[in-house]
Amino acid sequence: MSRSLAVDVAFVLFAGGAVVAAWLVFRTDSMVRAAYWLLASFLGVGAVMVLLHARFLGLVLVLMMAGEMTIMAVFMVMFMMNPAGLNPMTMVHQHGSAKVAGLVSFAGLALVGIVAEFPDRPRTSDADPTAELGVELLGDSMLIFETAGVTLLATMIGSIAVASKRGRFGDAEEGSGPPPLEPTARPAPEPEPAMEDHDHEGMHHG
Amino acid sequence: MTLQSLLVVSAALFGIGVYGALSQQTFVMIMMGLELMLNGAMLAAVALWAMSTAGAPKGQLLTVIVMTVMAVEAALGFALVIGIYRIRKADMTEKLKRLRG
Repeated sequence: MSRSLAVDVAFVLFAGGAVVAAWLVFRTDSMVRAAYWLLASFLGVGAVMVLLHARFLGLVLVLMMAGEMTIMAVFMVMFMMNPAGLNPMTMVHQHGSAKVAGLVSFAGLALVGIVAEFPDRPRTSDADPTAELGVELLGDSMLIFETAGVTLLATMIGSIAVASKRGRFGDAEEGSGPPPLEPTARPAPEPEPAMEDHDHEGMHHG
Repeated sequence: MTLQSLLVVSAALFGIGVYGALSQQTFVMIMMGLELMLNGAMLAAVALWAMSTAGAPKGQLLTVIVMTVMAVEAALGFALVIGIYRIRKADMTEKLKRLRG
């Protein structure tokens, strides 16, 4: 079997698997399984990237997504109802228009991909693409790379600030209260919620 | 493996992501839809890098940036879900109809 035929077969397997796994993400009852189907989809895309000689990017994608999907599975067990799919569930809204939007975006993008004439200039150099990327990251595009790093740092700080239990002005559970009238006074008490639905807190509030 | 077939695959991933992000009610499932959209975008970027730009290294750089966007989206999404859960005990978009903190 020639090399290009083997590449084609592997492409069909991995790309088809990625699309099917992506579809199953929204068809399974269990959210944990959905997270792992999404990971399977990323594995397929990572393998296609490796086939396209972007070896470093493909492997980084797989590593990153394996970590993230594990976090996602743990997260869903922590916070979501029915994470294990013991009951059948479809939790969707605006299902028809969402389907139409998905189909329209697929058809439009696929049409552009097929009809548009992109320059036919495949990779020719024998240089290692990973080495090229490394030289680019620490050479001409270092500012872009560093900006991405600082963005990630800001994201870490911001997400810790958003998710922390106790902030500067009290517990996060308290929510926001109206400001006091006097500058030195204590904040006005929280008004009684009139029409809040207490399906989770019913036990505490009676 | 042609450029056209790669772009069709990435369009399929993007379309499934659009469907998921618009139709799901659970926050984490919406995030999965967003990640599928970014997944398709990344595949298209790598395909164009390999087939249409003669392997210019800046094409790989674009993919690195998309990966950064993906990490930022995931981290902020998880943080916001935790924040909303603390205040509202909500795990679905339908429980956030009022904008009172």
